[in-house]
Amino acid sequence: MKPLNNRAWFLVTPVLLLVAFSAVIPLMTVVNYSVQDSFGNNEFFWVGTEWFEEVLRSERFHKALMRNLTFSAIVLAIEIPLGIAIALCMPTRGPWVSVCLVLMAMPLLIPWNVVGTIWQIFGRVDIGLLGHTLAEFGIDYNYSQNVVDAWITVVMMDVWHWTSLVVLLCYSGLVAIPEMYYQAARIDGASRWAIFRAIQLPRMKRVLLIAVLLRFMDSFMIYTEPFVLTGGGPGNATTFLSIDLVQMAVGQFDIGPAAAMSLIYFLIILALSWVFYSVMTRDDDQGN
Amino acid sequence: MRANPTSKGIRASNVPWRYIVPALYILFLMVPLYWLLNMSFKTNQEILSTFSLWPQQFTLENYLLILSDPSWYNGYINSTIYVVLNTVISLAVALPAAYAFSRYRFLGDKHLFFWLLTNRMAPPAVFVLPFFQLYSAFGLIDTHIAVALAHCLFNVPLAVWILEGSMSGIPREIDETAYIDGYSFPQFFFKLFAPLIGSGIGIAAFFCFMFSWVELLIARTLTVTEAKPIAAVMTRTVSASGVDWGVLTAAGALTIIPGAVVIYFVRNHIAKGFALGRV
Repeated sequence: MKPLNNRAWFLVTPVLLLVAFSAVIPLMTVVNYSVQDSFGNNEFFWVGTEWFEEVLRSERFHKALMRNLTFSAIVLAIEIPLGIAIALCMPTRGPWVSVCLVLMAMPLLIPWNVVGTIWQIFGRVDIGLLGHTLAEFGIDYNYSQNVVDAWITVVMMDVWHWTSLVVLLCYSGLVAIPEMYYQAARIDGASRWAIFRAIQLPRMKRVLLIAVLLRFMDSFMIYTEPFVLTGGGPGNATTFLSIDLVQMAVGQFDIGPAAAMSLIYFLIILALSWVFYSVMTRDDDQGN
Repeated sequence: MRANPTSKGIRASNVPWRYIVPALYILFLMVPLYWLLNMSFKTNQEILSTFSLWPQQFTLENYLLILSDPSWYNGYINSTIYVVLNTVISLAVALPAAYAFSRYRFLGDKHLFFWLLTNRMAPPAVFVLPFFQLYSAFGLIDTHIAVALAHCLFNVPLAVWILEGSMSGIPREIDETAYIDGYSFPQFFFKLFAPLIGSGIGIAAFFCFMFSWVELLIARTLTVTEAKPIAAVMTRTVSASGVDWGVLTAAGALTIIPGAVVIYFVRNHIAKGFALGRV
């Protein structure tokens, strides 16, 4: 048991001050805007929950929310199993481990708008390898006009961009399993599936939790990559919540509704992350 | 799976065929990157007129243009400055906090920890407008420190999280023995403790670098010209007369280099470092 020591607060103070400056003050500004209306000239008056009601009722918000939830669900459904599968097949020792890890980590360190640019170029029918090849095969593919193609491209881009994170996390969980676990399984004559179910999956649970949380949060906040690739189009087909929000706040300068939407958006992420977090740590609590 | 009638054989680490999965995956990762590189060595004329898997008339013109024009290469310098600043600030404040979380219980510690993590969950799009107003009020717009401070929003919680995990892996007896031996807290922390959690610090620095380097939305909002990141400079290749594909791809290819260098340095710690993060 850790000792109780309230002087530890002194060690936490720098973080508190910094985060207060870069998070609490801006967030308070948002709260402030969300309950007021303005006729310009910096004159504001109280409107209460009007903006919140307006946003919650607006079809535009519902659609953006649905698009974003669908996107997050698809992305999680592809990246998590794929990441686990690749991690299971990785070599565990030898010179190839470093090579694999370095190459796999590459997409993670590319600026997000460059990721969008890479896929924009890659998918173009006139100059892109993917678009051109598909056209050669007679497949009608155009991510800037066709809704389905746009979605496939955005999802593929995200899989390309982020599956490595899941792989790295799972791999780190796998290499931490002591060899004797496998020896015991071998003596018991356990099948490959049984080893996965009884040893590898439980041992990966903690890193999987991190992977699911990070992937969920980041896919739910995605902005730059689809903005560069499709600009939210065709039509509004790939206008996710963040794109919609920036459009509203900076493009149309509807600060009140944008602030209300920001808070609702933030609360949804918080709530869903909390659900993930408690579901995945529930077994731990029962064990203790 | 069909190739192995006995399921035992699959487990042995010397079965080469299963490596085909990571190999295919890496191929999938590399093809779009190759295409970017391929285009960066072509002239615009070649890009638009012929379709070829490798440059027919190999040219370094696109790279030379970027490396000789200050308005281009300053973008890289600006990005590097605020990324390094951010990494230093994040680690400096996260180290003592992580130590407090891993060694002591104190009033509200669990709530504080979760509250810190909620900042990692805040969508950057929410903060675009308030950040602009806040940093304008302090006269910090278009400075490197503004972007560095703004990126602390998501990097500090992550750094605390990773460092707390790696510190908790060090037994508390080490601290106690050091105090008995007459070490003061700073002496103990920098001489004994920091080397022990070296890989954790490395991984935290890696993540701070990574998330600050790749972020564009906030960095673009807070800068005008003096501290403009390379990712924002790139947008000027798109003009009314069309897109300057050659320069755009060359600039994109150059943004990959710092990341590749950083990964190379932490390559032996990547796998280990990830496991240290504790929930």
